[in-house]
Amino acid sequence: MSTFPYLLAMIVVPAVGAAVVAALPKGRDELAKQLSLGVSLLVLVLAVLATVAFDAGGERFQLTTSVAWIPDFGVDFALGVDGIALVMLLLIGVLVPVVVLASWRDEPPGRRSMQAFFAWLLLLESLMVGVFAATDVFLFYVFFEAMLVPMYFIIGSFGGPRRQYAAVKFFLYSLVGGLVMLAAVIGLYVVSASELGEGTFAFDALRQIEIDPGVQKLLFLGFFIAFAIKAPLVPFHTWLPDSGAEAPIGGSVLLVGVLDKVGTFGFLRYCLPLFPDASRDLAPYVLVLAVAGVLYAALLAMGQSDMKRLVSYTSIAHFGFIALGIFAFTTEAGTGAVLYMVNHGIATGLLFLVVGMLIARGGSRQVGDYGGVARQAPLLAGVFLVAGLASLALPGTNSFVSEFLVLIGSFPTRPVFTVLATVGIVLAALYVLLLYQRTMHGPPRGVLLEGGIHGGDPYDDVPPARGGASAATATVTAPAPPAVPRLRVRDLSRRETAVAAPMVALVIALGVYPQPLIELIEPAVAATMSEFELDPDGDGVVPADTEGTD
Amino acid sequence: MIQAPDLSLGALAPLLFVFGAACVGVLVEAFAPRETRHPVQVAIALVGTLGGLVTSLLLAGERQVTAGGALAVDGAAVFLQATIAGLGALSILLFAERSLDPARSAFVAAAAVPAGSPRDRELMTAHRVQTEVYPLTMFAIGGMMLFVAANDLLVMFVALEVLSLPLYLISGLARRRRLLSQEAAVKYFLLGSFASAFFLYGLALVYGATGSIRLSAIRQDAAAETGGGVLLVLGLALLIVGLMFKASVAPFHAWTPDVYQGAPTPVTAFMAACTKVAAFGAILRLLYVAFGTSEWTWRPLVYGIAIVSMVVGAVLGLTQTDLKRMLAYSSIAHAGFLLTGVLGFGGGADGTGSGLGATMFYLLAYGLATLGIFAVLTLVREGDGEATHLSKWAGLARRSPLTAAVMALFLLALAGIPLTSGFTGKFAVFRAAIDDGAWPLVVVALLASAVAAFFYLRVIVLMYFSEPAADGPTVGVPGLPTTIVLAVTVAATVVLGVVPGAVLDLAEEAAIFVG
Repeated sequence: MSTFPYLLAMIVVPAVGAAVVAALPKGRDELAKQLSLGVSLLVLVLAVLATVAFDAGGERFQLTTSVAWIPDFGVDFALGVDGIALVMLLLIGVLVPVVVLASWRDEPPGRRSMQAFFAWLLLLESLMVGVFAATDVFLFYVFFEAMLVPMYFIIGSFGGPRRQYAAVKFFLYSLVGGLVMLAAVIGLYVVSASELGEGTFAFDALRQIEIDPGVQKLLFLGFFIAFAIKAPLVPFHTWLPDSGAEAPIGGSVLLVGVLDKVGTFGFLRYCLPLFPDASRDLAPYVLVLAVAGVLYAALLAMGQSDMKRLVSYTSIAHFGFIALGIFAFTTEAGTGAVLYMVNHGIATGLLFLVVGMLIARGGSRQVGDYGGVARQAPLLAGVFLVAGLASLALPGTNSFVSEFLVLIGSFPTRPVFTVLATVGIVLAALYVLLLYQRTMHGPPRGVLLEGGIHGGDPYDDVPPARGGASAATATVTAPAPPAVPRLRVRDLSRRETAVAAPMVALVIALGVYPQPLIELIEPAVAATMSEFELDPDGDGVVPADTEGTD
Repeated sequence: MIQAPDLSLGALAPLLFVFGAACVGVLVEAFAPRETRHPVQVAIALVGTLGGLVTSLLLAGERQVTAGGALAVDGAAVFLQATIAGLGALSILLFAERSLDPARSAFVAAAAVPAGSPRDRELMTAHRVQTEVYPLTMFAIGGMMLFVAANDLLVMFVALEVLSLPLYLISGLARRRRLLSQEAAVKYFLLGSFASAFFLYGLALVYGATGSIRLSAIRQDAAAETGGGVLLVLGLALLIVGLMFKASVAPFHAWTPDVYQGAPTPVTAFMAACTKVAAFGAILRLLYVAFGTSEWTWRPLVYGIAIVSMVVGAVLGLTQTDLKRMLAYSSIAHAGFLLTGVLGFGGGADGTGSGLGATMFYLLAYGLATLGIFAVLTLVREGDGEATHLSKWAGLARRSPLTAAVMALFLLALAGIPLTSGFTGKFAVFRAAIDDGAWPLVVVALLASAVAAFFYLRVIVLMYFSEPAADGPTVGVPGLPTTIVLAVTVAATVVLGVVPGAVLDLAEEAAIFVG
C-alpha cells in the first residue's frame, strides 16, 4: 500500500487551484482556463494513480488518512475509499477536465468574468472528492453541504435566463434535505455515545453498533430524505429540471453526473449499512418511489420541448433504476447500480455536452427550433446519436451492462418492480429517439436556417448566435420558407471534438469491457449486501417478509 | 456591627478595568479640551475593554464567589466576560471610524438639539464629533460583564439597569435620520423599563417564596419545594420575561426591529452582539444555578418560547426589505437557536449536558459574525447615510467584489453553512439539545434554519446574480478601525468554522457555574 496521501492531494490540489484562479488579476481569462485544465488533469492523474495503488482484493477502505479534527465532537478528518467511492473519484477526474474544455468559449451573462466560473468549478471538484472520500459521517456532512455553495454560484451567476430562481430552488431543496440529515447525524452520534460510551462519527465504528429498530427508522428517514432530494427520487425531484436547464452546460454535467450521485452513493454507503433493519422494512416504499420515478420521469421527458429539461428528466428516470438496484439487496444489482452511477455520468454527461454544443450554435433550447442538422454537421449528429443510444442503454454501450445487471440482479428478489421498471426502457428509447429524430433529421428548419427563423424561446433573452436576422424579417419569411432551405451550421470544432472524443471512447470501451470497473466495485458492494444475509442465488425470498416477524 | 464583605480584587479585575475606564472617560469629557477628546476617549475605551479582555483571560480557571457572595467568578462568567470585552473592543473600533461618514462620525454632534432645527442643520455639516458615547458604552459593557457574573438577583437587576440605561441613550444618537433614531430610543426605553419592572416584580416574588435573593439559596429552596411553590414559579416566569426581553426573544421582541433600524449602525452592532451575550449569560445562570434542580418548572416554558422565537424570526425575516430589520429578525431567530442550547441542560449519558459550553460557543460565534455583518453595512452608503434597503444592494458584487464576498461569508455563517462558525455553533447547540432528548425542538430549529436561509440567500442573490442598478450606492473605503474589525471577524468566522477545536475546548472547560 502506498503512503502517498492521494485522497488528500485530490482535495487540496483543486482547492489551491481554485484559490489561485480566483486571485488572478482581472482579464486573465485565458490563463485561468489553462490553469484550470492543468489542475483538473492533475486530479485525473492522481485518481488514476490512486486506482493503481488500490488493491481490489484487499481491505474495504484503503488509502486512508485520519487526523483528529474537532475532538470535542469526536470528529476526525478521516479519508478512505472503497471500490464504490474510487470509481466515483475516477468519474470526477474524467468529467471535470472535459467540462473545463467544454466551457472554454462560454459567454457568461452580463459581462461576468469566466475566471470566477473556473474557480468555483475547481472548488466544487475539491468538495466533490471530499464527499466521496470521507469516512467520517460528520466530515461527509460538511462536504455534502459545502458543495452547495459553489454549485449555487455556478448556476446563479453563469446560468440561463431564470438562473436566480433555479439557483435558489436548488440551494433550498438541498439545504432542507441536508438539515434533516443533520438531525439524523446528531442522532446517530447520540446513539453511538450511549452504545459505545463515547460518541463517534467514524463510519467503521458506527457500522458495528446495534440500533433500536424504532430509532433506526427515524434516522434512516433523516438520511433518506436528504439523499432522495439529492438523487432525486420522485416526488423530491422538481428542482432538478430547473437547475439542470438553467445551469451552464458544464454545471449541468457535473450536477447530474456527479453531485446527484451523492444521493445514490449515500443510500449505499450510509442508509443500508448503518440502518439495515430500517432499510429492509422500508425498502418496498423506496422501490415504489424508484419505479414511479422511472416511469413518471420518462413520460415527462417525452413531453418536454426544452432539450436541457428533457435530459434532466431522463436523469430522474435513471436515478430510479439506480435506486432499484440498491434497494433490491443483491450484490449483482448493487454492482449494477454503482456501475450505472458511473455510466450515467458519462452517458448523460455526453448528452448534455452535445445538447450544449447544439444550443451554442442555435441559441435556443427548444427541440422545435432544430431540424435536419445531421446533413450539415454529421460529426455532431453522430456524437448526439452515440450519447442518445448510451442513454437508452443499447447493447454495446456502457449503460447496457449496468442496466442489465440491475434488472437481472433485482428480478429474483423484486420481480414485480423489476418488470415495471423494464417498461421504462421502452419509454427511454422513445424519448431519446424522438429527440434525435426531430433535431437531427427531417427537413431543415428552425433557428439554424439561413435567414434565421427563430422559433422563439419565451425564456431566452440571448439572441441567436448566428443567422441573426431580426425577428421582424423572420416572421415575414416564416409563412413561406425558401424552396430549398439551407442550414448554416458548423460541425464540431477541434475543441469540441476533444471534448466529445474521450467520452465517446468511454461509452464504447465500458460497453465492451466493463470488467475492470466491476472488479473494483463488487467487493465493496458484496460487503454492504452481506449484512442483508440474502441467499446469493436469489431464490425469490423477499427479505422484508422473513425479517419482519422477529 | 457590620462586617465589610470579602473582596477578591484580582477576580474583579475585568470589571474594575472597564468601570475604571468609564469613570475616567467621564472626567475626560469634563476636563479635556474638545479637540483632543476623541483620540483620548477612544484610547481609554480600548484600554478598558482590552484590559478587561486580558484580565478575564488570565482569570481562566478561577472558581470563586466573592463580594460577600454577590458575584460568582467562575468559568462561565469569565468566558462570557472575555467575550463581551472582546466584542466591546471591536464595537468601540466601529464607533471610532471617521473616514466613512462625510461628517466624520456616525453620531450626532449635539443630541439635545432638536432634529431639523437651524442649529441642527448647522451642526450636520460641522466636523464636530461628540465623544460622550464612549464612556456611555463603557458603562454598558461594564453592566453586561457584571450581569453575567451576578450571583444574586439584586446585583443582576442593578447590572441590568447599568447596561440598559446607556443603551437607551446611545441608540438615539444617530447623525442621520435622527427622528427615526430618537423614536427607536424612546421605544426601547419604554419597553425596556416595562421589562425591568417585570424582572423586579419577579425578584420580589422569588424573594417572598424563598426568603433570599442569593441564587444558591433559591436553588436549595426550589429543590425542597415539592410543587406547591406557586409564588416561586410565578416569580421565575416574570424573571424569564425580563431577561428574554433583553435577549430579544420572541414574543418579547417587538422593540428589536425598530431599534436595530433606528440606532446608529455601530450601536446596532454593539447591541446585537454584546447585549445578546450578556442576556443569555444571565438566563443561563438564573436557570442553571437557581432553578437547575426544578427543571420541570421552566423547561416547557423555555421550550415553547424557543419555538416561537425561531418561527417568528425566520418567517417575519422573509418579508423584510430593510437589511437592518432583516438582521433584527435574524437575531430573534438566533435567540431561539440559542435557547435550544440552553435546553441541552442535563440528562446526557453521564448526567451532564453540554448545553452550557455549546451556548457560550454559539454566543461567541454569533457575536463575531453579527458585528462583522453590521460593519459591512456601514460601508455601503448612499447620499449621506447608509443604504440599508435591500434593492440598493443589487449587483454589489460587480461594483465591489471584496465587500460582497465578505458580506456573503457572514450571511453563510448566519445561515449555518458548514466550514463557517455558524455551523459549528449550531451543531454544538443542537447536539446538546438532542442529547437531552429535545429532538422535536431540533427538528423545528432545522426547519426554521432552512426558512431563515432563504432570506440570507436572497441578499447573496441580489449581490451576485442581479444586474447593478444605475443609481446604486457607493462603497466607502473603510478606515483603519473598521478594517481591523472586518479582518478580525472574517478570520474568526472562518477559523471557528474550520478548526474550532481549541475554542470549543475552552468553552467546554469554562462550562462551570459556582454559586
